[in-house]
Amino acid sequence: LALPQQEMPSQDPLERRCNMHEVALGYTEEQARIEAERCLQCPTAPCVAGCPVAIDIPRFIREITEGNYQKALGVIQETSLLPSICGRVCPQEVQCQAPCTVGKALKDTFASVSIGRLERFVADRAAGSSPAPQVKPETGRRVAIIGSGPASITAAADIRREGHAVTIFEAFHKPGGVLVYGIPEFRLPKRIVQDELATLEAMGVSIVPNFLVGRTRTLKQLLEEDSFDAIFIGSGAGLPKFMHIEGENLVGVFSANEFLTRSNLMKAYNRDEAATPIFEAPVVAVLGGGNVAMDAARTAVRLGAQEVHLFYRRTRAEMPARAEEVDHAEEEGVIFHFLRSPTRILGDQDDRVQAIEVLEYELGEPDESGRRRPVAVPGSEYTVPVNAVIVSIGNDSNPLLTATTPELETNRWGNIVADESGQTSMDRVFAGGDIVLGAATVILAMGQGRAAAQSINTMLCENHQT
Amino acid sequence: MHTLIKKEQLSEQVYRFELQAPLIAQGRKPGQFVLVQTDLEFGERIPLTIADANPEAGTITLIFQAVGATTQKLATLQEGQAIPAILGPLGQPSHIERVGHVVCVCGGIGAAPMYPIAQELRRLGNRLTVIVGARSAELLILEDELRALADDLLVVTDDGSAGRKALVTEPLEELCRESTPPVDQVFVIGPPIMMKFAAETTRPFAIPTVVSLNTIMVDGTGMCGGCRVTIGEETRFVCVDGPEFDGHLVDFDNMMKRLQSYKHQEANARDICRQGGTP
Ligand SMILES: Cc1cc2nc3c(=O)[nH]c(=O)nc-3n(C[C@H](O)[C@H](O)[C@H](O)COP(=O)(O)OP(=O)(O)OC[C@H]3O[C@@H](n4cnc5c(N)ncnc54)[C@H](O)[C@@H]3O)c2cc1C
Ligand SMILES: Cc1cc2nc3c(=O)[nH]c(=O)nc-3n(C[C@H](O)[C@H](O)[C@H](O)COP(=O)(O)OP(=O)(O)OC[C@H]3O[C@@H](n4cnc5c(N)ncnc54)[C@H](O)[C@@H]3O)c2cc1C
Ligand code: SF4
Ligand code: SF4
Ligand code: FES
Repeated sequence: LALPQQEMPSQDPLERRCNMHEVALGYTEEQARIEAERCLQCPTAPCVAGCPVAIDIPRFIREITEGNYQKALGVIQETSLLPSICGRVCPQEVQCQAPCTVGKALKDTFASVSIGRLERFVADRAAGSSPAPQVKPETGRRVAIIGSGPASITAAADIRREGHAVTIFEAFHKPGGVLVYGIPEFRLPKRIVQDELATLEAMGVSIVPNFLVGRTRTLKQLLEEDSFDAIFIGSGAGLPKFMHIEGENLVGVFSANEFLTRSNLMKAYNRDEAATPIFEAPVVAVLGGGNVAMDAARTAVRLGAQEVHLFYRRTRAEMPARAEEVDHAEEEGVIFHFLRSPTRILGDQDDRVQAIEVLEYELGEPDESGRRRPVAVPGSEYTVPVNAVIVSIGNDSNPLLTATTPELETNRWGNIVADESGQTSMDRVFAGGDIVLGAATVILAMGQGRAAAQSINTMLCENHQT
Repeated sequence: MHTLIKKEQLSEQVYRFELQAPLIAQGRKPGQFVLVQTDLEFGERIPLTIADANPEAGTITLIFQAVGATTQKLATLQEGQAIPAILGPLGQPSHIERVGHVVCVCGGIGAAPMYPIAQELRRLGNRLTVIVGARSAELLILEDELRALADDLLVVTDDGSAGRKALVTEPLEELCRESTPPVDQVFVIGPPIMMKFAAETTRPFAIPTVVSLNTIMVDGTGMCGGCRVTIGEETRFVCVDGPEFDGHLVDFDNMMKRLQSYKHQEANARDICRQGGTP
């Protein structure tokens, strides 16, 4: 416990405000070795229970202390397919690092062993050096995968490994899901996602872009006319939530999805080359407190906004965003307004955003979850002049696929109903990731992709024998 | 890849493309559109209506006006070259029924998206009156094709260089007032300002009026909300709930202002394009 926690080297805040390059630079080998030494190798390994895919954390960390980085990666890969991504974007402080003994002993979750950073170190070191996984002989079975986010990438790899033919259908012109259109380059370099997709292609997975299932072909056509033996749906959440306040359709009000897609996928940040424009606004308001809001705010900073104001209904402690992103946003100059909720957006005579009106809240009695609930302070409204508003309060399930497939059962939030094995209400159709969980996390999507792949593999293998 | 099979220039700025897109040709219905992207790395995704399709040949027809950077780039494509990305068919198909007497009002390039709708209206046995309007004679397109479908075809131009010198709302109002058989339904496709006034024209007569909205789009799948419009009290997404809506409920003023969101930036891109640089 005497060893200091190793800081993550990162780009200087003033410099990174003006570029899209990755902020967190990754541990050096020396730092990784020291950080790994901090692990107590607890026999009960409470950290493992905090990881949604139960990576054998102490074992991979021990391999690091011994300098066996390739072996460490092997341990992680027993359960996780995308360590270079999860090491970067997992909300570790509420997952593996929350129950860590070191953090508990120091009475500070943030002082826990930096499991995510170590995971990233191992994955980055091995990047490009590991060959594509072995694929068993062709079985002649064909599986269609809808969407190409982390749930689909994982399912595709696991199903292909068993020798089944796999085709991924993606609506966008580039695969990767939220990893590509939502999470910005400065947090997750697109090269990493491309490497994962290249591995899939090297395994023989075929990726068909510009194909919207439900419109280009229906799900039933894929099963009945195009003779796929099974389908995995990993179509994500992808329906932006709005606040339903006055002025939300003014010029200069965007969903975070639109703003981030323009910047990331359509490359609008590259003003010289990209044809897709992005709204220019000197003062930007961002509404929300999750990862989506942090990404929107930090992107706005990089696109040249002079002031970015973030409004969140509760306090900093309740913000669902990863703590590191909140810290980074603050370092980059994002101005946080806690216990504030917007009531309306005001426009000028051309319907362009001019100001936002917000209402103050204070913390009241704790609710069922034990959190003190914010209560509005009547009459406390005031306005803040802004030129653009980015609504970043999350996503619901996109209804396009389910609306065109009435046989698929959904719950009242529009999520597809699936059991732990990923089985939906339709025969031979499985689902996982955000479309089942509602907007969740990369690692949970990956875990569900794995589970569904296993069910599909079992099903195809049984069918084969009969 | 979608090979350009046949290219025709219909007027100074308007082009007709026949492109290879077998799945879209098979599945599309009148009223649906595609998103076209000319460059996968830096290109934008622009919506264009499927003007016609040939499922046997596996081709779709797009008719577009070269108004900005992307449509101008598209116009330089030659037969045999290909478009890297076309997504579709998108949007809800037109809701077309046999209702009796239908008036189709087309403004400028709006004749292109109207064509498949008029075809279907005719097939179902409606009486069809078509009004085609444009700023001047050179900008009229598909006049002959529409004439072949319609029971009556009226041409109007702003400057009187072809047909009657009038705005489309004049003959429309006359039809609403005194046509026999009376008008049962109106379809309007054209510039937003024209659709707005056409809807205002039919409102006092309470004639159901369908308009096809052309908002800014990014994904076309309902994911971004960039295409949202106010319909009555509700916010709807044109790419998945539309593009057709009840013209009497659309907040056209807000829609027109939202279309101007990037005006300044687009004007720059267009100028660069005209000067032969890459936008
Ligand atoms: C801005 C942002 C930041 C985030 N930050 C984090 C973070 O830091 N850490 C974290 O763990 N999680 C984060 N998340 C959440 C995480 O990205 C998602 O939980 C995860 O990507 C879900 O994966 P998925 O495979 O279910 O679907 P997605 O990644 O959503 O991918 C779905 C894909 O399916 C495609 N698709 C949809 N419908 C169809 C169709 N009908 N036909 C064909 N293709 C279709 C879509 O175009 C999309 O590419 C963030 C999310 C956002 C939006
Ligand atoms: C569902 C749908 C169907 C469409 N079908 C057709 C079609 O069949 N043929 C066709 O020519 N066009 C059609 N459009 C319009 C077409 O998408 C735009 O003309 C195109 O996006 C312009 O792109 P650009 O980069 O060339 O021009 P930009 O540089 O984007 O714009 C150039 C100029 O055109 C204006 N403009 C931009 N978008 C639109 C728009 N949607 N409507 C009107 N003016 C606009 C801008 O304000 C600007 O002044 C359709 C639009 C929608 C939403
Ligand atoms: S996958 Fe995520 S939760 Fe699991 S060990 Fe890695 S960083 Fe922690
Ligand atoms: S709980 Fe912490 S200290 Fe214990 S094994 Fe896990 S990472 Fe190491
Ligand atoms: S274009 Fe994005 S939701 Fe319609």
